[in-house]
Amino acid sequence: MLTIFTSDYGKVRAIAKGAMRPGSKLGGNVELLTHSQLMLARGRNLDIVTQAQALDIFLPMRDSLELMSCGFYLSELVDSFTEENVEDGEMFGLFLDTLRALSDTGEGERIVRYFELRLLGHLGYSPQLQKCANCNRILQPEANYYNPAQGGMLCRECGYPDMAARSISVNVQKVLRLWQRSDIATAGRVKLNAELVREIKGILRDTVRYVLEKQLKSIEWMDRLAGESKLNGNKAASQNKDNGPL
Amino acid sequence: MNPDFLPSARPISRLIEEFNKLPGIGPKSAQRLAYHLLQAPPERSRDLAEAIIALKQSLGLCSICLNITDTDPCGLCSDMTRDMTRICVVEEPIDILPLERTKKFRGLYHVLHGVISPGDGIKPEDLHIRELLDRLTANSIIEVILATNPNAEGEATSMYIQRLVSPLGIRVTRLARGLPFGGDLEYADDVTLSRALEGRQEMY
Repeated sequence: MLTIFTSDYGKVRAIAKGAMRPGSKLGGNVELLTHSQLMLARGRNLDIVTQAQALDIFLPMRDSLELMSCGFYLSELVDSFTEENVEDGEMFGLFLDTLRALSDTGEGERIVRYFELRLLGHLGYSPQLQKCANCNRILQPEANYYNPAQGGMLCRECGYPDMAARSISVNVQKVLRLWQRSDIATAGRVKLNAELVREIKGILRDTVRYVLEKQLKSIEWMDRLAGESKLNGNKAASQNKDNGPL
Repeated sequence: MNPDFLPSARPISRLIEEFNKLPGIGPKSAQRLAYHLLQAPPERSRDLAEAIIALKQSLGLCSICLNITDTDPCGLCSDMTRDMTRICVVEEPIDILPLERTKKFRGLYHVLHGVISPGDGIKPEDLHIRELLDRLTANSIIEVILATNPNAEGEATSMYIQRLVSPLGIRVTRLARGLPFGGDLEYADDVTLSRALEGRQEMY
């Protein structure tokens, strides 16, 4: 049983008979996170995949546990935000571009965050980043506040007493505003340090969780991998330090 | 199903319902099986019932490799003629059968009982990865062969295990991925073809 995201028919569920057997003509062409051209036969309840030809398999993504995990997260995100049989070619294009960027650039974190922001915007949940979501005043170029329940950023006066609002730095505001209006290639050129990445991740995750009213399952796995990579990185750094010249 | 509307006597309907719950058995097949048993000699039904009950009562997991077994350790782990320095990691107990059929591997196995699947919330703790690492540190293992299925979740699980095992100084290998025997190049997917090209071998 497959969940297929298509440009013309939205999310479709279909059966790929015998796809797991060795030598199946469907096989890897209907594997998770593969861009394929499919022929479906209309079934009484579920459609049946009769032909499949992979167009892009995103091979570099498959060779990296981190990138593959980003792919798992993106697919869960798209699955959660879509209803069956509702056509959304624009979201399909965004998803495809994002998978290509993941595979081509090897940049997991930044690409995932860009996708979250653009997906929210596309679905009408774009966070307000120009004016205070509460008093509608133009935001000053200073550290402000952010609360997804209010619809985006808050000025200092409105945000300070809001216990659910978090502080948002000037640099993060700039990055998010740029991403809201730029394509994925431009977004990929923005230089981000670890602190900025952490802040953007917190803001966008809060927003996604608020909109979906649930935490996605793959988030825990992503955090775990990131934590382990960091730990291994620290270990390697400390070993290098220990082995360094006296 | 409302029993009032069942077309058959209650014991037959119940058996049909139970067969129908099995994978790959639809209502028609369930009906056929039930009526077959009705007409067969009584000892056939008794043997079947006893076999099903014994399946649950006498089987457990091997404390070493976590394969399904009726003895602990299982026949494979207690076979002293096997190569005790190599462990092949598989997803499910049923995966051991095709590997054994090849008669090419004489080492030991380790059954994970699943794969990491972030979207379904299946984490490494839900698998038997900790037990694998314990085996590796306690025994003189020189190679771990990762034989998870060649799909996205299987690959992710293998990559994760490789990360944990490599620092122990143990050789980690993955089953080769390529074209199946009797397959057709025309219908091979790009991943399989790419892997087959990467893993091409000299002909002698």
